[in-house]
Amino acid sequence: MNIIVVGLSHKTAAVEIREKVAFSPTQMEKPLNALVALPDITEAVIVSTCNRVEIYATTRDVAGGMARLKRFLADYHNFPLETLEKHLYSYHGEEATRHVFRVASSLDSMVVGEPQILGQIKTSYGYAAEFKSSGVILNRFLHKAFSVAKRVRTETKIASSAVSVAFAAVELAKKIFGELSDKTVLLIGAGEMCELAAKHFINVGVRGVMVTNRTYERAEKLAEEFDAKPVHFEALMDHLPKADIILSSTGAPHFIIHEKDMEEVLRRRKLKPMFFIDIAVPRDIDPKVNDVENCYLYTVDDLNGVVATNLEQRKIEAAKAEAIVEQEIGQFFKWLSSLDVTPTIVALRSHFDEIRKAELAKTLSNWKDIPPGADKKMDALTNAIMNKLLHHPTSLLKRTDQGSRNDLYVDALRHLFDLETGEQQESMMELED
Amino acid sequence: MNALLFNSTLVIYAVVTAVYLIYLLKPKESLGKTGLWLALVGFLVHCGFTLNRFLEAGHTPITNLHESLSFFSLSVVGIFLLLERRYKISILGSFMMPLALLIMAISASFSTVIPPLNPALKSKWLAVHTIMAFLGYAAFAISFGVSIMYLIQSHFLKTRRLGSMFQKLPSLDILDDISYRCLTFGFPLLTFAIISGAIWAETAWGTYWSWDPKETWSLITWFIYAALLHGRLTTGWRGRKAAMLSIFGFVIMLFTFLGVNLLLPGLHSYK
Repeated sequence: MNIIVVGLSHKTAAVEIREKVAFSPTQMEKPLNALVALPDITEAVIVSTCNRVEIYATTRDVAGGMARLKRFLADYHNFPLETLEKHLYSYHGEEATRHVFRVASSLDSMVVGEPQILGQIKTSYGYAAEFKSSGVILNRFLHKAFSVAKRVRTETKIASSAVSVAFAAVELAKKIFGELSDKTVLLIGAGEMCELAAKHFINVGVRGVMVTNRTYERAEKLAEEFDAKPVHFEALMDHLPKADIILSSTGAPHFIIHEKDMEEVLRRRKLKPMFFIDIAVPRDIDPKVNDVENCYLYTVDDLNGVVATNLEQRKIEAAKAEAIVEQEIGQFFKWLSSLDVTPTIVALRSHFDEIRKAELAKTLSNWKDIPPGADKKMDALTNAIMNKLLHHPTSLLKRTDQGSRNDLYVDALRHLFDLETGEQQESMMELED
Repeated sequence: MNALLFNSTLVIYAVVTAVYLIYLLKPKESLGKTGLWLALVGFLVHCGFTLNRFLEAGHTPITNLHESLSFFSLSVVGIFLLLERRYKISILGSFMMPLALLIMAISASFSTVIPPLNPALKSKWLAVHTIMAFLGYAAFAISFGVSIMYLIQSHFLKTRRLGSMFQKLPSLDILDDISYRCLTFGFPLLTFAIISGAIWAETAWGTYWSWDPKETWSLITWFIYAALLHGRLTTGWRGRKAAMLSIFGFVIMLFTFLGVNLLLPGLHSYK
């Protein structure tokens, strides 16, 4: 049985193409059922996110299966296959495994290490499990992919540092304040990056947000969007002591927060630290504010510097992650190849035969006055019983028309009769956590 | 037996210190765990030493510099283990364990024989007075270490040096919080140590307070920490200023403990 992958991603297709072949999460039953109804396709999982659309499937016929998946993707969305084809990639065997492990570990993401993709694949797999389009191979395949992703996450620092300016600001705030749940953010002015940073702070759960703007109406409008409290710009100095994190990006041509005011501000907040983030150009906050005790000022350049360092760090961590993926591919293939029918039948027969021979030898050696020729007859008899017993399961396993059930039987047989080798058992245990 | 336990403790602390210092420099998280387990082993052996010494001497083994430094170190490690359990900040060990090792090393440089007990110390107050004093000292020592961490982290943030050590150090607020907690734990202990000392002095020497150098310096130390706590509660001395005051307080405390014993002759000069 082979695993195949057909799909496209942000690396091969622009959003105009990706959106045309995306699957709606609310209607997964139909395409999944259609996929497993295809000849040659035994199991299928669809992963559809804003950055990628991929089908994972199992098939006996690699080339035929891939062609069918491509055709399916085009036909299902009424999209010409000729146009779609040049954006599609397809993998099988080890390459397919590597691809999916890398995707799940966020090594193939637009921002390497971003954490969403694993959850998205888990959801996609959830649909496949719900509508029973995945079977023993894809079940184990995806669980393995999840455990690889988990290993990558815990053993490397691939996702531990911020790679966007807004997120870098949040990370720095955590290094100053620890918990942000009792902290207040003050947003001065408006601007895309500033609002984005404010949203990040709201997402991690700050206590409150205040918004101010030169025109109070704009402050009110923005406050509504963030569920924040609008304050008058003229009263900025009165509100500053209440803010722990200050995000500033006004269009003012001069500083609006001065070093000389800080002593008073800090005194009023009992010297609790303040974190200033100045995203405005020209700057809003006097750089000397950074020299004031318990005040930490970062400009957009500082944050960009943090992001650049973190991106470098991620590259190093990504290399470690790739090594983990390679290691895990080997393990998974050991298990997959154990599902091949012929070696299983051979193993099963030799397992039975060993027991038969051992028992026969025991009986014959204890048997005094053995009639001549009886040993030959006993051998033939036990052999016949064994063959009769094994006949039905063997012929059932050899049938090729029963889709993923075959793999299920093989897997069950290996468990029931303990046909694994030591090494395989080990990798099996790992798969189970 | 005594020497064996003491030397084992010293060796284990040296290893723990090495592990934690490597942890400080190398990006290897597991070292923190190794250090913690070893520190726990060291602490237990150290407890064993203290208990054994108690049984052999027949009184609280905090009567000379060798013993009191050892108990000081034991208290530092004990409080560190409690904090590590609560906060799970491995890098704490990189600052606390070298301190504990240093104190033990100084302790090793003094005579290890059990001397006959000074008659003035034969009292039930010995245990109360000394244990409280040294637990308090240990709390101040931890506050000192954490304050140094605060200053380093604050410096990293101000100068944008956000390397791996910056990542390992906890947030400023947590460091500030730990330091403050240690002070609120240490200050009452110091207070009771001084009060119990006064009561004991009355029974032993016939007067509550005789302006012996130890008494004077203890009072100075007490005032410094009192000012620090008062400032924090009223005008909110926190952050860098609080950290620097805590460091200053510790230096004075060290003088009260060691300087007075070694340099200034008086009733408390136990060596």
